Amino acid sequence: MKFGSMMRTGLVAAGLLAGAAGSAFAQGAPIKVGILHSLSGTMAISETTLKDVMLMLIEEQNKKGGVLGRKLEAVVVDPASNWPLFAEKARELLQKDKVAAVFGCWTSVSRKSVLPVFEELNGILFYPVQYEGEESSRNVFYTGAAPNQQAIPAVDYLMANEKVQRWVLAGTDYVYPRTTNKILEAYLKLKGVKQEDILINYTPFGHSDWQSIVANIKKFGSAGKKTAVVSTINGDANVPFYKELGNQGIKAKDIPVVAFSVGEEELAGIDTKPLIGHLAAWNYFQSVKNPTNEAFIKTWQTFTKNPKRVTNDPMEAHVIGFNMWIEAVKKAGTTDADAVIDAMIGIAVPNLTGGLSAMMPNHHITKPVLIGEIQGNGQFDVVSSTALVLGDEWSDYLPDSKDLISDWRKPMSCGNFNVVTGKCGGKGK
Amino acid sequence: MSPKHILAVLLSVLASAALAGAALAADLAGLVANLTTGGFGEREAAITALAASGEQRAAPILDALAAGQLYVRKSDNLVLIGKPDGNQLSLTEAISGKAAGSGTEAELDRVRVNNRLRGVIEAAVGSLTLMSPNTKVRRDAAEALFKRRDASSLAALDAALAVEKDPRIKRAMSEARAASVLASDAPTAQKLDAIALVRERADRDSLGVLEATANSATDPEVKAAATAGASAVRQTLAAWEAAQNVWYGISLGSVLLLAAIGLAITFGTMGVINMAHGEMVMLGAYTTFVVQEIIRTSAPHLFDASLLIALPLAFVVAGGIGILIERGIIRFLYGRPLDTLLATWGLSLVLQQAVRSIFGSSNREVGAPSWMSGAFQLGQINVTYGRLWIVVFSLIVFATLILVLRKTPLGLYMRAVTQNRPMASAMGIRTPRVDALTFGLGSGIAGLAGVALSQIDNVSPNLGQGYIIDSFMVVVFGGVGNLFGTLIGALTLGVVNKFLEPYAGAVLGKILVLVFIILFIQRRPRGLFALKGRSVE
Repeated sequence: MKFGSMMRTGLVAAGLLAGAAGSAFAQGAPIKVGILHSLSGTMAISETTLKDVMLMLIEEQNKKGGVLGRKLEAVVVDPASNWPLFAEKARELLQKDKVAAVFGCWTSVSRKSVLPVFEELNGILFYPVQYEGEESSRNVFYTGAAPNQQAIPAVDYLMANEKVQRWVLAGTDYVYPRTTNKILEAYLKLKGVKQEDILINYTPFGHSDWQSIVANIKKFGSAGKKTAVVSTINGDANVPFYKELGNQGIKAKDIPVVAFSVGEEELAGIDTKPLIGHLAAWNYFQSVKNPTNEAFIKTWQTFTKNPKRVTNDPMEAHVIGFNMWIEAVKKAGTTDADAVIDAMIGIAVPNLTGGLSAMMPNHHITKPVLIGEIQGNGQFDVVSSTALVLGDEWSDYLPDSKDLISDWRKPMSCGNFNVVTGKCGGKGK
Repeated sequence: MSPKHILAVLLSVLASAALAGAALAADLAGLVANLTTGGFGEREAAITALAASGEQRAAPILDALAAGQLYVRKSDNLVLIGKPDGNQLSLTEAISGKAAGSGTEAELDRVRVNNRLRGVIEAAVGSLTLMSPNTKVRRDAAEALFKRRDASSLAALDAALAVEKDPRIKRAMSEARAASVLASDAPTAQKLDAIALVRERADRDSLGVLEATANSATDPEVKAAATAGASAVRQTLAAWEAAQNVWYGISLGSVLLLAAIGLAITFGTMGVINMAHGEMVMLGAYTTFVVQEIIRTSAPHLFDASLLIALPLAFVVAGGIGILIERGIIRFLYGRPLDTLLATWGLSLVLQQAVRSIFGSSNREVGAPSWMSGAFQLGQINVTYGRLWIVVFSLIVFATLILVLRKTPLGLYMRAVTQNRPMASAMGIRTPRVDALTFGLGSGIAGLAGVALSQIDNVSPNLGQGYIIDSFMVVVFGGVGNLFGTLIGALTLGVVNKFLEPYAGAVLGKILVLVFIILFIQRRPRGLFALKGRSVE
């Protein structure tokens, strides 16, 4: 035990020394940026796009002359949708390639897998996907949405605008839907929804036969109260789910479905005519009209040489994260991890929906929440948008985490400060 | 009265008529303008006002609004209806109904609606179109009003009921009227009649109406009647639900059968643990995609036949690759099950990545031909044509395969080789060739399954992975080497799964089925229908 920790300290020290020597030696050499997204396996469908958008951003930045007078160089690795491999590849990026920052991960389990590596080797990770919260690490910047930046505003919208009284919480069986549904259940009860008006349903990854579950939703929905489905169904399973909804004649005006994992990319594989009116909650939609977004879409379609290529929310998160990192490096005047981590807080860059997003002390960002309805052309029509909302890492609706806050500014520098006991180190890491 | 006077009177009448007309037009313009301004709340009021105006143009304008086809031209604020026409929109003026050329989406602002407004519009249009000469429109209108259950539509329904001749539509209208009565503050006796009428309908929508009445009614008599009605409807529905689960089970079973039947040949009769079986299914699905792409670009009128064209091609592609695999890899590994398992597992990864490199990692859209889309109602069971055709197709494939095995020389050789290889060889059968053809047949059938699965699942490189475990389960459960076992096994697992799912949930349901199979295999290691005789050894 003791020996192990000594070894580890030694390794870290060696790593730091090597890093320092490396950066001193490599003045003028390119700055390496790691891209840790699955290019094969189940998650490739979603993550390959993010790798492409990072390559584009780096190319664009290099056209502007790079940063600190040095060019950027992308180091792409393929963790192949294999969670332990994510940790290995992260270690490879940090130790062997000595990248200045890593942009990567999609699933929560892959993030949990690399987290100890980033903390041990003091790296920087930008995580671009909406997630369940209940985490805050000094080495991770969460540019995707926390539950209060996606799930809760969506429920509020349905309550206020569609007068929904009965709720189906349907999700894929893993950590993100389970935690999100736990938060939503607590929130709904707080709003006076009774237990018998909530139906929770989990399905395995890649579930493809939705007949009886959709029939069950239909049954639940015929109790004389307006019913809605809140869907945290992930990835591939969505297409057959929506097809089955269409097949069984469930229209959005009878039982609307609001989804947190369905974006433009996922709709590209289906005929959306029967889905018109179903909803999604994100912080970005391709259909948002403003000059920044139009320019971004144009650059993206030129870069991928595909005039029909769509953009989506996690891509915007990477755009924000990357621009913030560039600003932080400029502000710190170095790519050294500690300096950049300190410089990141308070940096604000334009997002693609026409506002400014800022990095806050809890390593989450401020973004507007948009609710969109699916259109016949696979795009979303924004029906509601909020002002900027700050990501809340420790949910206020869960008993375990309601007293916790996170603030990475000195002198607090704590990811789980308990405001009741006044001590750092409540629940979790 | 002098002629002069008469003329003056006439003129003034005419003038006032014209004035009234102008006022009406201005009124309509104002109502329509209200539609395009303000938030969703104000828009709702504008929709109701427009519908109440009784204008001829109200219905088409509201229809266009619901369909998202109502626009305001940026240059002159003219309200237009735009129907897509290629890349352009062909425009008509909303108020006058006159054609107004064409325009692009960029020159226009679409008037946005949300779900709630779509519901409001449907009900509004419903009361406007109750008198339509088209029977289907009248029927839809009555249905929409039934679901809407709004007291304000009572007057329109009464007027329509008075002139309606068609007994079925009359029935639908009186049901809609009953639902509206329940939402109004009509006297108790009327409400009780309405409950009796709604109760007779006995479907999901009527249950919704009765439950809502039971929840909101203040009159104890009405409340009791609605509660009793709701539980009666619920009982009727429960019986239908069981029937529905059987149908869903058969439908899932047919999918399992399609996926497993090829494996029943390669694994069941040849004994090859073929982990790349799912990838053959995937190749079939991608063949369908390619066929549809070619048809879309070069012969769009053939689209409805695309699946029929894809079937033989998928069989040839998957079968051909199957033969290549057998000749190239598997024949060196006969009698070494572990090596076969690893080799085919590796092969499945290679095939997946190859498809990913060629077609990209995202899902590909395979469209449904018109004869496979839509659904019909069988009592309270909703049967989709797509699922129905897949059940039919899987049975056809099964029957054909049985015929091939029993009635053709190739089938005879196959059975001979699997039952006693040395003897078959001694009788002059070229066993390696038969092996290759058998494997090709099994793979080709997997390709056929891919064509069908492209209709219900994602066409992505991972398509096959989702079916490989289920396929093995079906084959082992049914009895290795027995095709009828595969049929019964697939249907049993399908039905059991669908009955478990509503109670245990999808995840636990799957686990329970797996546990059940493990226990079953302990009792009967050879599956449901064990092969007897020498071939077993």
